[in-house]
Amino acid sequence: MDGSGETPIVAATVEFDGMPDSRVLGRHGVYPHTTHDDVARINFLANLNRHLALNVAPFVKTAWDKRAEPAARAKAGRPVKDRHEVRKALLDDPMFTTWSALRRLTMEQRQQAGRWIAVREAETLAAKAAVLTKTDPRLSLDPDLKIPRYVSAVDHHCMPGSYHTELFPGDVSAGANYDVGGFITTGGLLGRWSDGGGRAIVEWVKRERPDWQPKRILDIGATLGQNVLPIAAAFPDAEVIALDVGAPMLRYGLARAKSLGIDNVSFVQADASSLPQFEDGSFDWVQTTMFLHELSLSSMTAIFAESHRLLKPGGVVLHVEQPQYTPDMPLYEQAMRDWDAFYNNEPFWSTLHEIDLDARFVEAGFDREKLIHDKVSADARDIFPAAADDTVEDFGRKAAWRLVGAER
Amino acid sequence: MSIALALAEAGRKPAGKRPYFLDAEVERVLAITMAAVQELAVARERIDTLERLLEAKGIVARSEVEGFVPTAQQAAERGLWTQEYLARVLRIVQQEGEAIAAADKGDLYSEEVAVELTADAHG
Repeated sequence: MDGSGETPIVAATVEFDGMPDSRVLGRHGVYPHTTHDDVARINFLANLNRHLALNVAPFVKTAWDKRAEPAARAKAGRPVKDRHEVRKALLDDPMFTTWSALRRLTMEQRQQAGRWIAVREAETLAAKAAVLTKTDPRLSLDPDLKIPRYVSAVDHHCMPGSYHTELFPGDVSAGANYDVGGFITTGGLLGRWSDGGGRAIVEWVKRERPDWQPKRILDIGATLGQNVLPIAAAFPDAEVIALDVGAPMLRYGLARAKSLGIDNVSFVQADASSLPQFEDGSFDWVQTTMFLHELSLSSMTAIFAESHRLLKPGGVVLHVEQPQYTPDMPLYEQAMRDWDAFYNNEPFWSTLHEIDLDARFVEAGFDREKLIHDKVSADARDIFPAAADDTVEDFGRKAAWRLVGAER
Repeated sequence: MSIALALAEAGRKPAGKRPYFLDAEVERVLAITMAAVQELAVARERIDTLERLLEAKGIVARSEVEGFVPTAQQAAERGLWTQEYLARVLRIVQQEGEAIAAADKGDLYSEEVAVELTADAHG
């Protein structure tokens, strides 16, 4: 009971533009049991993240303008020439280092809070997932898969054990941790089912390709499948394959999808840089969502080539990503966006955002005339109506992305 | 079993060396402080829930909590607890203060006394 019988989504009567209580998140069949303290911790960390973005990061800009940039210019006898010089100059500024130390520890506390829930509930969750997935042909795991170096070298966004580590056979705790923590890092901006990226791409596809009926869809780097479920729901007659290297994600993902009543998605463990199990021209659509920045240059090149090979003529590959560092983006903004690359274990982030993606598509065999560039953003009005008015730039955490892709 | 696993695993270090932005000692204390700040928010949310449930069940109105004035006896008991609490939290400051005078009286490190006592044993 909450004292009123109302759901927490009902609008508050006090003036409040902050994020919703995390209890608005959807609870599917394998969502872990959370205590009052677990939920309060998620609420606190989400608010801490938002506070750092809205109330502390702007002071970093002031510090840059008023002291760090003039100091760097005086020292070098010229203005800074790239984002790396900006970042190195900022490392001498106490506002940047304070904000950075707080941001880093917030991510570490988020991982600990999520793992405290997920690992504590690990055995129960594994049992639930096993009931839902054990004899289901839609789960295809490859115990011999070699985990790519770009996954194993550093744990992305400080997530201990990354996407693939199992604490015991059948473990899904990495998936559960990823699921419960998304609300913290995105501040509720991905909606009730953390699927804002997927819903955004469906909206784009329905608008830009209204008569398209893709029959076979491949989602690479699917993790829990949270972003592919809206696609599967929008095209219920399509066969959807969600690919990831992490078995805990895939087990959790299929169990989650089934409990949400989505039945046309298979979860397959594989490294997308080589997919000999799929024939040439066997897909209408290849999708990735916030995935490219976690790769390496060689794996990205291979995945672009595989995408080209797998698509039918007229098929489409779409990547949802953060914006590229184009010459019109201020160096300060580039440096701030680069923070995750250096301090949040996203080592490919910096390189991905500076390379010429169009050239990579062409290199992979796509026609330059058929490249796709657009913007998409998540709609979180289901749980966070005030978010639409939020205009403060958060350098990479905001649920607004670029769409890059190509038609075969 | 899972609790033991969670205790060991929840705070595990992610692969990749940790960057430090401040003096390591300062950043360590900041991280510990922010964890304590987090747990205060967690406790505060639980108290808030309790108050709202008590009010919903007609046991205690929140206005009664806000308007509560302790008796002299209750105020004394609370004041005593606050004194005890501050003494616990600031123990190191008390001991560093006492150390100033103790140094003048020949206060030594245990290690120094060990040398002295060993010398006695052979003397």
